[in-house]
Amino acid sequence: MAEPTATLDLSELRRRARPQDIPQVPTITICGGTGCRVYGSEMVADRFRQELDAAGCQATVELQVKSTGCHGFCEQGPLVVLRPSEIMYVHVKPKDVPEIVQRTIIAGELIDRLLYVDPDSGDHISREPDVPFYKHQQRLILNLNGLIDPLDINEYINMGGYRAIHHCLGELTPPMVIDTVKRSGLRGRGGAGFPTGLKWELCRNQPGDLKYVICNADEGDPGAYMDRSIIEGNPHRVLEGMIIGAYAMGARRGYVYIRAEYPLAVKHLRAAVAQARAAGFLGRNILGSGFDFDIDITLGSGAFVCGEETALMASIEGRTGEPRPRPPFPAQRGLWGRPTNINNVKSWASVPIIIDRGPEFFASIGTPSSKGTMIFSLVGNINNTGLVEVPMGITLRQLVEDIGGGVPGGKQFKAAQIGGPSGGCIPPEHLDVQIDYDSLRSLGAIMGSGGLVIADEDTCMVDFARFFMAFTQEESCGKCVPCRIGTKAMLSTLERICDGKGQPGDLEYLTELGNEIKSASLCGLGQTAPNPVLSTLRYFREEYQAHIHQGRCPAKVCKGLISYSVLEENCTGCMVCLRSCPTGAIQGAKREVHHIDAEKCNRCGTCFSLCKFDAVQVV
Amino acid sequence: MSDLVTLTIDGVEVSVPKGTLVADAAKKIQIDIPVFCYHPKLEPVGMCRVCLVEIGLPMRDRATGELLKNEDGSPKLSFRGLQTGCTVAVSEGMAVRTASQPVKEARGAVLEFLLSSHPLDCPVCDKGGECPLQNLTMAHGKGTSRMAFNDKLKIAKHVPLGELIYLDRERCIQCARCIRFQEEIVDDPVIRFHNRGRSLEIVTMSEPGFDSYWSGNTTDICPVGALTTSDFRFGARPWELTPAASICPHCPVGCNTTMSTRREAISGGRKVIKRIMPRQNEAVNEIWICDKGRFVHHFADSAQRLTTPLIRKDGQLVEASWDEALDLVAGQLQKHKSAAAGLASGRLSNEDLFQFQKLFRKGLGSRNIDLANRQLGGGEIVAQVGVGSGTNLKDLGKGDAILVVASDLHEEAPLWWMRVKQAAERGVSLVLVNGRRTRLDKFAAHTVNYEPGQGLMTIRRLFGLAQVETESTRDDQLAAAAEKLIKAENLVAFYGSEGLTFDESDALAKLLGNLLLIKNGHNHTGRANNGLIPVWPHSNSQGAWDMGIHPAYGPGYAALETPGLGAAQIYAGAASGDIEALYVVGADPVGDGLMADRGKLSFLVVQELFLTETAALADVVLPAQSWAEREGTYTNGERRVQRYYPAIPAYGDSRPDWQILAQVGERAGLEKPAFAASLMFKEIAKAVTQYKHMDYRSLAQVEKQWPDVGGDDLYYGGNAYENGSGLGQQWMAAAESGAVERFEAPDIEPNSFESLPLIQTRALYASGTLTNISKVIEARLVSPTLTVSPADAARLELSDGDVVDVAVNGASVQAKLSVSKYATVGLAQLSGVGSGFVSGTAAAEFNRVVESEKELA
Repeated sequence: MAEPTATLDLSELRRRARPQDIPQVPTITICGGTGCRVYGSEMVADRFRQELDAAGCQATVELQVKSTGCHGFCEQGPLVVLRPSEIMYVHVKPKDVPEIVQRTIIAGELIDRLLYVDPDSGDHISREPDVPFYKHQQRLILNLNGLIDPLDINEYINMGGYRAIHHCLGELTPPMVIDTVKRSGLRGRGGAGFPTGLKWELCRNQPGDLKYVICNADEGDPGAYMDRSIIEGNPHRVLEGMIIGAYAMGARRGYVYIRAEYPLAVKHLRAAVAQARAAGFLGRNILGSGFDFDIDITLGSGAFVCGEETALMASIEGRTGEPRPRPPFPAQRGLWGRPTNINNVKSWASVPIIIDRGPEFFASIGTPSSKGTMIFSLVGNINNTGLVEVPMGITLRQLVEDIGGGVPGGKQFKAAQIGGPSGGCIPPEHLDVQIDYDSLRSLGAIMGSGGLVIADEDTCMVDFARFFMAFTQEESCGKCVPCRIGTKAMLSTLERICDGKGQPGDLEYLTELGNEIKSASLCGLGQTAPNPVLSTLRYFREEYQAHIHQGRCPAKVCKGLISYSVLEENCTGCMVCLRSCPTGAIQGAKREVHHIDAEKCNRCGTCFSLCKFDAVQVV
Repeated sequence: MSDLVTLTIDGVEVSVPKGTLVADAAKKIQIDIPVFCYHPKLEPVGMCRVCLVEIGLPMRDRATGELLKNEDGSPKLSFRGLQTGCTVAVSEGMAVRTASQPVKEARGAVLEFLLSSHPLDCPVCDKGGECPLQNLTMAHGKGTSRMAFNDKLKIAKHVPLGELIYLDRERCIQCARCIRFQEEIVDDPVIRFHNRGRSLEIVTMSEPGFDSYWSGNTTDICPVGALTTSDFRFGARPWELTPAASICPHCPVGCNTTMSTRREAISGGRKVIKRIMPRQNEAVNEIWICDKGRFVHHFADSAQRLTTPLIRKDGQLVEASWDEALDLVAGQLQKHKSAAAGLASGRLSNEDLFQFQKLFRKGLGSRNIDLANRQLGGGEIVAQVGVGSGTNLKDLGKGDAILVVASDLHEEAPLWWMRVKQAAERGVSLVLVNGRRTRLDKFAAHTVNYEPGQGLMTIRRLFGLAQVETESTRDDQLAAAAEKLIKAENLVAFYGSEGLTFDESDALAKLLGNLLLIKNGHNHTGRANNGLIPVWPHSNSQGAWDMGIHPAYGPGYAALETPGLGAAQIYAGAASGDIEALYVVGADPVGDGLMADRGKLSFLVVQELFLTETAALADVVLPAQSWAEREGTYTNGERRVQRYYPAIPAYGDSRPDWQILAQVGERAGLEKPAFAASLMFKEIAKAVTQYKHMDYRSLAQVEKQWPDVGGDDLYYGGNAYENGSGLGQQWMAAAESGAVERFEAPDIEPNSFESLPLIQTRALYASGTLTNISKVIEARLVSPTLTVSPADAARLELSDGDVVDVAVNGASVQAKLSVSKYATVGLAQLSGVGSGFVSGTAAAEFNRVVESEKELA
């Protein structure tokens, strides 16, 4: 454990922590999240630095270019926000940069074509907070993501970071910290919603000197990237939460278990740990309080089941990532047999806010049973793909329509899969459900870790369920029988139905299997794996029945139940489809109507997607 | 009692010790909670899910902490889903439902899931008929399956995990019992899971495959027919087999075994041993045996067995009748009387050995009897301070200590190794004082590796340190060890003779006896779980001491006024002509390098299973029965007398050793022999005071053992574990009935060596008459091997793989050199050669004969 090289005292920290949330130094913040980087945001940032140098701006005004964490509005990336004016440009490319520098930064004009356009009103919206996507959010945890450089601890400190630790170490006893967390009403953000304060108390009350805290950053749900974005954008907040938790529970060692597939998050986390150590927030005798604590980073290798806490601990210990039965719970016998507390990234990140702004503030947000905010990654058939943070109790409709901007292409909303492969889907008739742990559970879904996949009318719900079942089946570790064999049985039944070979009785069989797997499986993976199937069976039973009894896929997705044919009146005989058909199923000559041989056709859909004249139809 | 917990299972109240698992508690009241992955000897993992039950816990008022009651006054219970009965420990007031609808449904589903990928090849499966999956399916299965046939996996069915164990991947239900056994119980994690989910499969991680002395046990605990032994698979159906209780003849542990036999067409319609499996004796081998015990039995059915008596005529051994042979032997022995000598083996039964000494002492008036190869001394010390009766290594735990001196238990007595290792894991302070590293080191609290030749000195120092009140200094392992030993509540000391001469081992026994006699708050003699355990070279070396196969002791350790000649003198006498007639029973001194040839013997008779090198030189060869064909008793190193039973009919015209000896005796003027082994034993009980409470009936007594694994128990199925044939009886060491005096240990000068000293080490799979003929482990037999450290190899200018001529005291042997970084520096180890080759730690010369091919390549 490194000795702290510098110990800040409280007053120094207070002096640095300004009350304002937004820095007054003119800053160009460029989203540096993984999504925007893929779109080239790093090149945009570099271009800004070059252009500003060239224009001589740096010399005349204090101006900084900052690559920040994920701003959240991934659909529109790369995102550039000028501060303090909060002008937001979307889809910025390096070639746009000179114009932004010349026209906006120097001349103070807005560039309309780079502004976000509200699809409903057609208005150009210039300021970030006015964008509907942001306007309806309440960004407690993500608030600094677009503001600070995650690689610089001082930026976090300047924004009030690590203040909560001073408060805890200086003024609160560990039981008081736990009491504060209890009063906030925080429930585990990993999905199960166990009261965090109570969990901490259970761990604290276990005998033994050696205890561990773990941050579960093994985010594995398809389409989910909340935890990654938090760590990429503001790793210190997670560390601060862990340090507070360790202090409260008497742990001296912490681990962040994070996927190796998150290189940027890992890099930021490593830098953050090193900086926090250097600043005296980690290591021996933290801030002179006598409290010792340090954090190690363990990389996961991409097994979904390692997100399950006992499997995660096995993986940290260097064993095969397989779960074990509970009890004993980690609080009793966890990592290396010691009392251990595992919380999700979002739970840890909520802790400094609770301490800093008070449990009453946190508890004032949300519903009676679910407090605070929840972060979702909103993906699928939705206009505003992105990372959103909303208060508990908001309705799904607000989330989908107001923040998400609805389903693209004027199509109908069909379902929201909430909680990832462990969750369930919510049909249109329940769009007004409140987002909280208990309401979702009553509909057969779960809060989960925050994955939210929207399906439109073109989605076949049988196929949708099959996708999730295939995922969990693939990810089943195989340790327990119901999950190892049962999920495969469910999957092959679903595949049969999608292939048009469904039989009467299949739905009852799926329901029975699902319930058996749920009740008999060892860990959360198996216990929740049937949820997508059971909930689609609950809300979209007719669609299943159509597959089995009528031999058709209403959404025209399942290959075994559809065929492609040419609509003669539209076909121009352009031969595009003919040339691209991989099986040679399309016949016809130039400027003559083509025909598709159903025998040869493998229903790949290439012709359908290529035809510019809507001449290929699915039957 | 406060540590009892009371709960109800299906409405039946039961009180069990705290910490008992729900599945075990149910078993106590004959309620069967089915299990697959759970095994009472392994840590529970709760992965097969077949033991799911509903568990209700009494509810308490949050404010007052008082128990809540229903209107009818019964305690209010809170049930939460299904839980595995194999992982949840009982708690006060718990209510378990094992037959509710949700339980039955889940259980049925798990069985159905398992069967959906399990092949229904029961008609050709070794496990069929004693298969837990069959049994549980019959008891709890749905009878039908909803599964699609095409979902069944079609994967490899004959996967050799090495040449001893085969895996049928289709049958495997991935319960991990085998993997866990190898990891937890025997620390040989050579098999493990590969892949995950539906692709999960067991693979071996070692070269050669499944490289472990314990592999066969995995086939016993496998709840399906996935793991089978190469010598039994497809060999017989369990219900065709006749069980016979036996005792393993290979080492002094005395593992209880069951032989399964069947009449066999390929053996000409004779009844043969099809397999050997462990028989439960929780005080001896629990439910395990090593692979030597399991696989080295095929010699009994070997075509090389002697079938009739042979007499040398015109220089050739020719077949003769029993009468002719017995008359000749009796006549010759009587002719030479006191110039006759007898050498027996520690592999013979008590009945044989008793009759042997009777023949010589009473029939011929010769006192010249001994074991052909004694190797380890101290029997008379063991008789006084041997482990107290009632000793069970399983009972040792925190606060107790075990000392192991000059022995590699893993090779010499594998079951003791396992049980000592487990004791250390339970918190016993294990102290090792050896001349080299052994596989027990990693479990030891203190390990002292003495310099070559300094073994006795080291124990002397240990004894000295134990005598004085020492506050151990951290840097002195020996002082710290002495303190641990002397302060232990219970202390068991194992000793062997690795690197020691016979005289040194004799002195060692005395020193250890004295160590045990030190009174320091705890009595380490005369009590159960305290005392000395000799790691004898053979299964009944202890019995040989007890029966008086010793030039100086008669039966029951009666000291003879005038001792006869011991083995060394007998060999010398045979060479010089002082000994005229020699009767060798069950031993091969020529093959073992103890005797060069028949010397000036005028008559040599050998009683054997095979025509050994010694037998080939004999005037008369008498065919004896193997232990599988007859009954008898062995006394193990813990002085437990155990009965074994006949399993197969006599091979050819062979007879039991005791009977042959009695028939010779009768012809030499002794009374008419007893016609049954049980009557022989009665004679023993009369002559050997330590055995006076025993007879064949008392030795056959059994009591209920825990865990309950025998019979038609659903944990395992099969009847091999069931012990209805006797748990044996330990005889009381002298210290249990009276005070024992300190022993006079002779001063033996320590040796020091100028060049690399050599010791001989024992290998479990050392080649020998019995192991070589039992082909199953042929590939694993240890040929002569010289093991040295890289540093010593460099000094000798030898390389790994060289063939080296090893010369000691005029004798020499060629051995392959193995350079191992695990070998102790400054010591050469020779294994896989005849047991009499090196005596103690000896100076030796090493010369390369053939250069390593590795170097050439």
